[in-house]
Amino acid sequence: MIDRLDQIFVLLLHWILGYLPGGWQAAAGVVLSAACIVCLYPALFALAVLMERKGLGRMQNRYGPNRVGPFGILQPVADGIKSLTKEDIVPLNADAVVHFMAPVVLVVAVFMMFAVMPMGRNMVLVNLDASLLFFFAMGATTELSVFMAGWSSRNKYSLLGAMRAVAQTISYEVPLLLSGVVIVMMTGSLSLVQIVEAQKHFTGIFPQWFVFTPWGLAGFVIFAIASTAETNRSPFDLPEGESELVAGYFTEYSGFKFALFFLGEYVEMFAVAGLGTTLFLGGWSAPFSFLSWVPSWIWFFGKVEIWICVFIWLRGTLPRLRQDQLMNFAWKFVLPMCLLNLFVAALWRFMGEGWLRWVVCSALLALAYVVMGNVEMRRKHFGPRTYRYAE
Amino acid sequence: MLGEGILKGLAETARNFAGSYVSKDRLTTVQYPEERAPVFEAARVFPFLVYDGPDWEAGLRCVACQICEKECPPKCIYIEKSKDKKPDYVGKPQIYPAKFDIDISVCMSCQICVEVCPFEAIKMDTEFELSTDDRFGGLLQDRKQLAKSNEYYHKIHPTEASEVDARLAEEKAKAEAKAKAAADAASAKAAASSAAAAGATPANPAAAKPNEGEPKA
Repeated sequence: MIDRLDQIFVLLLHWILGYLPGGWQAAAGVVLSAACIVCLYPALFALAVLMERKGLGRMQNRYGPNRVGPFGILQPVADGIKSLTKEDIVPLNADAVVHFMAPVVLVVAVFMMFAVMPMGRNMVLVNLDASLLFFFAMGATTELSVFMAGWSSRNKYSLLGAMRAVAQTISYEVPLLLSGVVIVMMTGSLSLVQIVEAQKHFTGIFPQWFVFTPWGLAGFVIFAIASTAETNRSPFDLPEGESELVAGYFTEYSGFKFALFFLGEYVEMFAVAGLGTTLFLGGWSAPFSFLSWVPSWIWFFGKVEIWICVFIWLRGTLPRLRQDQLMNFAWKFVLPMCLLNLFVAALWRFMGEGWLRWVVCSALLALAYVVMGNVEMRRKHFGPRTYRYAE
Repeated sequence: MLGEGILKGLAETARNFAGSYVSKDRLTTVQYPEERAPVFEAARVFPFLVYDGPDWEAGLRCVACQICEKECPPKCIYIEKSKDKKPDYVGKPQIYPAKFDIDISVCMSCQICVEVCPFEAIKMDTEFELSTDDRFGGLLQDRKQLAKSNEYYHKIHPTEASEVDARLAEEKAKAEAKAKAAADAASAKAAASSAAAAGATPANPAAAKPNEGEPKA
């Protein structure tokens, strides 16, 4: 029974496919699963938007939306209807084709990310051997769409936003990849399914998630920072920068195209949260051995939701970074930490079992954190500004 | 250490998040249609016409002098004078407005009409929920819609209304005194002339009463 529940979606799919002729089954299976993904994540997106608005409201001692439906739970429906019925305005000077393609490219790329995500035991659409690579490739495509949007709009705000977005996402793509590389080093596989398999065992009641190792924790923190930057979330929301760039690269978008951008952004958030869960938090595996009976997909989506909540929490807390702070942080702190983490992971691998590797690896990382935090990220004290000529 | 501030900030927002569910006084939002913030006494939205007594038509203080109509910057007031007269608060017969319309879609709530009115007849209202589905007729208020009692005026602007009442009472007393003096003088004159004609008779104060409402020069 419990097993049945765990595999309910897989069984359901097989049951439906059983009615189809043999030659059709493979293709129909892919289409059905893809349709499920395409339906599920927008629904989660609606939930996340509502959670974000209510959560941010509460953090600012407001109510948040509470008018549409009981406790405002129908607010996303109202928002959806609104954006669907709004006029779609394309600026006269815009490059209409690229302007139209940008949100489409974003949404397509973002949904492609889920193709390789194991969302539960046996619940993966395509079990690629290089699924991590595929994921990052799709993640990098979103930058293209952002730049398309900014460039085709022929608007200075859009272009500035797109420039910022490209500079930022490329800077943070490096730590994002490198923090994933650590996992690849340890598991010896690029397949997300195998990465989860590697984490599903327990020591005592505690799981063997990678986040519970020194290099895993460091990688997890770096991944969380880099993924926040990748999804253009606060405090890395410079590409949008409402207070300075109107809305950044989607200034010139309205109606449903804007909604697509919005959707793409949130679904990308789910994607990176899912990847982070898969890489560091054991994917669909249970957090305690005695909870293994709970269906695996509940754990996966639960972890993703928690991740989303943390994103919202961070958004409610942190102000937006300045461009130079953003770049300094990426290149002077996160990247060196990443490289060190690679070294630490290698050290961990070759020091063999025992407590010594725990001490050495943790000490190395902690030392680097403290030293680099104090040296590289030192707050610079500027004196009063002096003018030589313009007095 | 690096990241300390972020943790502190996260703790702060978490405290606010949890606190907003626990203590009601953290949430300062007044949820408008169900809850209402009290209207300030000095609040002003659109003008209304003050009337005394129970009958709005008889008690209107407005005498259709048309000063407000002329002073109104966006010209949103339209007044038609009456042909006949009715007694005002001191009892003097006055013209009254046969028609008094304010187009509140044009009105800019500047209060100039209130400031120029010599009869304390037009005042600012605090009623702000005036939306309607008819953008022309629904926003054109006639004198019946505009007429509101002095009690209402006292309710929305207590301080101002008592000042106005005091001023009116003073004026009324002055007018009465003047009328009385005039009546006294008239009766004294009459008495003097009658005394001259047929001996002295004391001036009857009751005789002055009917003359009270007589128009002054």
